[in-house]
Amino acid sequence: MSLPLPIFVAIPLTTAFVLPVFSRRYKAVATVLANLATVSLVVLAISSLGSNEVYEIGKWSIPLGINLVLDGLSSLLLLAVAVVSAAAMLFSARYMEQYTAKPKYLCLFLLMVAGMNGVVLSGDIFNLFVFLEIASIASYALVGFGCEHEELEASFKYMVLGSIASMFVLFGIALVYGNTGSLNMAYISRAIERNGLSAGLSFALALFIVGFGLKAALVPFHAWLPDAHPSAPAPISAMLSGVLIKALGVYAIARVVFNVFGVTIQIGWILIVLGILSMVAGAFLAIGQWDFKRLLAYSSISQLGYVVLGIGLGGLIIARAGSDISAEQLSWASLCFLGGLFHLVNHAVYKSLLFLTSGSVEMSTGTRDLRQMGGLAGRLPFTRATCTVASASIVGIPPFSGFWSKLILVIAAVLSGFYWVAAVIVFVSLCTLIMYLKVQRYAFMGELPENLQAVKENKGSMLISMVFLACLCVLMGLLVIMPSLRAEILEPAVKVLTDGIEYSGNIIKMANM
Amino acid sequence: MPYALCFLLFVIGLYCAVVKKNMVKIVIGILIMEYATNLFLIMLGYRTGGIAPIVGKADVAGFEAQVSEMFVNSCVDPLPQALVLTAIVISLGSLALMISICIRTYERYGTFDITQIRRLKG
Amino acid sequence: MKGMTIIVKTISSWVKVLIFLFGIYIILFGHLTPGGGFAGGVILASSYVLVMLAFGREFVEKNLSLPVASKLDCVGALLFILIAILGLVFGGVFFVNFLYQKYLPGQALNLISAGTIPLSNIAIGLKVGASLFLVIFVLSTFKGAPSAEKGVWDSSRFSRNSKIDPEVTETDSLGKEE
Repeated sequence: MSLPLPIFVAIPLTTAFVLPVFSRRYKAVATVLANLATVSLVVLAISSLGSNEVYEIGKWSIPLGINLVLDGLSSLLLLAVAVVSAAAMLFSARYMEQYTAKPKYLCLFLLMVAGMNGVVLSGDIFNLFVFLEIASIASYALVGFGCEHEELEASFKYMVLGSIASMFVLFGIALVYGNTGSLNMAYISRAIERNGLSAGLSFALALFIVGFGLKAALVPFHAWLPDAHPSAPAPISAMLSGVLIKALGVYAIARVVFNVFGVTIQIGWILIVLGILSMVAGAFLAIGQWDFKRLLAYSSISQLGYVVLGIGLGGLIIARAGSDISAEQLSWASLCFLGGLFHLVNHAVYKSLLFLTSGSVEMSTGTRDLRQMGGLAGRLPFTRATCTVASASIVGIPPFSGFWSKLILVIAAVLSGFYWVAAVIVFVSLCTLIMYLKVQRYAFMGELPENLQAVKENKGSMLISMVFLACLCVLMGLLVIMPSLRAEILEPAVKVLTDGIEYSGNIIKMANM
Repeated sequence: MPYALCFLLFVIGLYCAVVKKNMVKIVIGILIMEYATNLFLIMLGYRTGGIAPIVGKADVAGFEAQVSEMFVNSCVDPLPQALVLTAIVISLGSLALMISICIRTYERYGTFDITQIRRLKG
Repeated sequence: MKGMTIIVKTISSWVKVLIFLFGIYIILFGHLTPGGGFAGGVILASSYVLVMLAFGREFVEKNLSLPVASKLDCVGALLFILIAILGLVFGGVFFVNFLYQKYLPGQALNLISAGTIPLSNIAIGLKVGASLFLVIFVLSTFKGAPSAEKGVWDSSRFSRNSKIDPEVTETDSLGKEE
């Protein structure tokens, strides 16, 4: 069905600008409006699955005007962003009562969602940069929202590193415009196919990988993440770790490397090396942490390494085979992409659930230090149950969703001959098991300390959102087992990545119809 | 040649943002990087001997008020100018946020020195 | 921040009107001459900055109102999105210049021409002017003083201190978006 695509950006933007009009007395009205906006985004995202569309803004035709593109990868990420933001917004209806200035928080949250939707839908490289900046600036403000000591320091560090990354991306866009003469992604890829990669364009590609890699927190560029994610309020940590680093970082790298520039052997190896470094470094650094949310933040770095590894491995297989790729190699590459993208969606759901449970624990007990907690299993039953579901899912225990994505990645690595990659994946999964056993042991089992005798379970909207995400964790395994769901949701996204440079031909054909 | 000087300015801004210890100097380093990028974008559109891309009464020719051929062939590329306008607005928003965080940090810690503001470790 | 001498105060109360008028001129003629919404909005805000510099902090806190500027900011943004949605309703595609193509083409190079572009300029000028005024007002009248905790290790390092000082938050406009 043909939706007007800008509606995904217009709904959160309009709601965000209506909200600051409400003063503190009408907080309830503001909260209800914001929740309506995010729920309507979920409905729209579900109804846009499976359609491919090019929307030209202002009726200016393609190389002259800006266009929005909806294809398989975009609709997968739109769905992930909408679901996680609906859950986080529902959670923050009760959690943000601790802070003053709640309507401003809701306004910034909706601006961040509008920015992420714009990044995912954009078909023009400068439009992608503008929406990237909108989402980033809103997230810098949200990380420092409580204005305590640690939060301001974390927000400043995040902001400096994020601004440097955005400047690299803008410099890369300037180089691309200078060398190809167009800003539309389809026309840029056509010009690169015709003329080959000049020195300026290779430098621009390097700048893009560094800039977007810093937004995605890959390992040499991860220094902001362990400070920013613990200091943010819990629903914002869930959004940052669950969708922001993926929509701004991994999606942008995939779009630019696969559809605009075309993947080569060097880029495939660079992505694989970055993925493996992230996985191993994140896992080792997470095991020694005693702060609950800091451990979860390092675990995010590690899990994102899986996604980049999957994408890089598939790209390497395609680049090695060249233009005459056999059906068997194409199926290996598709399997790698399927594993990587499914792990991306899974991680969005269960990592945001983990951050929401840590927020619930923090609101009840008042502390994030694992050494000061213990035996909360009796006092916080729902929180404990959902945290166990999410931990089992991230570790990879069979009926939950995390098991399937790791299994697909291991099978794909073994089939295509990269046995050492499969060994690294299994080893890091063991490290993930260790760190989540530590969380369960220290936070929920053991004996209840003296000063925490009076904690009670949190009720209301926080409970509903946590239970909703836990059900999704269990049900998402069906996405890959049932062929009809897989063909509708995951396979179009995989097809976008395996098509590669044919993206430009598809877009120009769709626009001229 | 002018492009190399733009890149040199970018690297100077990057050095300033990475090495300096005062928070306000780091912010100024980021600002220099933004100036360098905007300058690079504008210089990309230059055409030797070109005129400014503003349409006046003398440039409109023909019955339907179309822009004349001579104007289109001799004016500088206006697209990078629109891009730079957008980039300046974005950097203004980002700068306002950075300065307000610096002021709040000064209120909490009493100093602008980033080596003293190191409570988050590990 | 104290005010300046009486000569400066008198002259600036005449000149601020001229600067405001110049800002409105730049916004309205944005489709013909260089400038447009953003540049005109900055000039509008700078007329208020002149008042702030000349008259000092106490005068400004008493007489220029923060909530009105905040609401004008939101009105400007909503007006811009309304023009975009009206393009969808009347023209069929988001943001299309429906006034130029159907209802009011006007003559080229006159003040009333180019459809919805002058209306978008006015909306952006309103928003940018109000936003910049808010940012500079809040940052210059912020009651910030270094707290007494410098150098003391906070023993409740991991515990969340969730109640914020109400008087510090009153002047908070952290991250006011453009």
